[in-house]
Amino acid sequence: MPRAVGAASKEPSHGYQLRVVQEILLALLAKDASHGYQLRARLQLALGPLAEALNAGQVYVTLARLDKAGLVRAEHVGQSDRPDRKVYELTEDGRARVMAWLDDTSWPKPAPAEFHLKLVAAATAGLGDPVRIVDVQRHAVLANLAEAQRAALAQPDGAVAGLLLEGVVLRLQADLQWLEACARYWSSMTTKGH
Amino acid sequence: MDIGRPLVQTHELRMDYGQGTGAVHALDAVELAVAAGETLAIMGPSGCGKSTLLHLLGGLERPSAGEVRLQGERIDQLSERALARLRRDAIGFVFQAFHLMDELTAIENVELPALLAGASPRTARRRATELLDRVGLTDRAAHLPSALSGGQRQRVAVARALSNEPLLVLADEPTGNLDSTATLDVLRLFDDLRATGQTVVIVTHDARIAATADRLISMRDGAFVEETRLTHGSTGRLGALAGLEEG
Repeated sequence: MPRAVGAASKEPSHGYQLRVVQEILLALLAKDASHGYQLRARLQLALGPLAEALNAGQVYVTLARLDKAGLVRAEHVGQSDRPDRKVYELTEDGRARVMAWLDDTSWPKPAPAEFHLKLVAAATAGLGDPVRIVDVQRHAVLANLAEAQRAALAQPDGAVAGLLLEGVVLRLQADLQWLEACARYWSSMTTKGH
Repeated sequence: MDIGRPLVQTHELRMDYGQGTGAVHALDAVELAVAAGETLAIMGPSGCGKSTLLHLLGGLERPSAGEVRLQGERIDQLSERALARLRRDAIGFVFQAFHLMDELTAIENVELPALLAGASPRTARRRATELLDRVGLTDRAAHLPSALSGGQRQRVAVARALSNEPLLVLADEPTGNLDSTATLDVLRLFDDLRATGQTVVIVTHDARIAATADRLISMRDGAFVEETRLTHGSTGRLGALAGLEEG
């Protein structure tokens, strides 16, 4: 029976839950054993401003789960004035999991299909003007782009988190290009319909 | 919404090209108000009327009908001479193709508007030096435009546009001729203009330069179709946009 882990009893209450957090934590442990707070600090550095909304307890909860699953080993280090600190170390199973993650080429996909079908449905059923729907959507995406870009421009040169924000910006630009193609197509359809 | 008089304002602004049934309405009764210190981006497909609107705001063309006001004063009825003076003293232009004088160095390009406006050579040079510093090109002051990259040329052009401390900066596709690295430099510069309270109107296809503005307007067929404030604080969506969030 694995040892009970204090942090695990606390349910995360606010902030977002990081995706693939198990794999990320395992990967951060691949070189050296580490404390929970060190792992958290390394995550924060990598994510920059995106780390601000990160759920504070998630790292600890996840480490406890990984321990339970045998992917990490927790070792208690006694401290005289405070509760014991835990140092986490990767197990062989954990290392195999990290390697599988690094080799995995699946890529989270954006979902143009839903919006595409929305436009088709709006046009077919006469529910709304597809060109108008595209205009409104484009402004929503541009507001996101503005926020991501301001965060990116605020990063000091060479900050690793700037690279992540650049990825967000480029992705949104691609979405906007596709929305432009949608606007062109539905504009021409509307003209023909007249 | 905005307290006090807008810096720039249009009323029932129309621009028609051609006549009769073949007439094209480049602008169709446009109502626009830009507050002092605001940066506005206007986007839309080619031929939507955005460049025409910019030309009317800058006194480069006269409208078919309607009003353009700068600081409450109508500029659409000024004499050619008064209009030329207004463009020189109150408005800074930034163009897609930079429009620098090829035979003048960077600093000479920047100080030229001040000299034309009657500033002493010493004052003009001091101000141009400050502006080149502001756009990060102090070490390129003595270079001819041909020795500068596209991004550097556009930064010189922005410095020149600021030479006479204009009320209004008008930019037409300022990143249109630039690669992505150069675009980033110009984005930083426009973000800086916004932060310092310079009133700017940008017309563009480029979402990134538009995204530096306080407010965004989309145009289609000579009219505004959508408007969004871009600097109303965080949407809190960055984590989701980066694919960090669960679910």
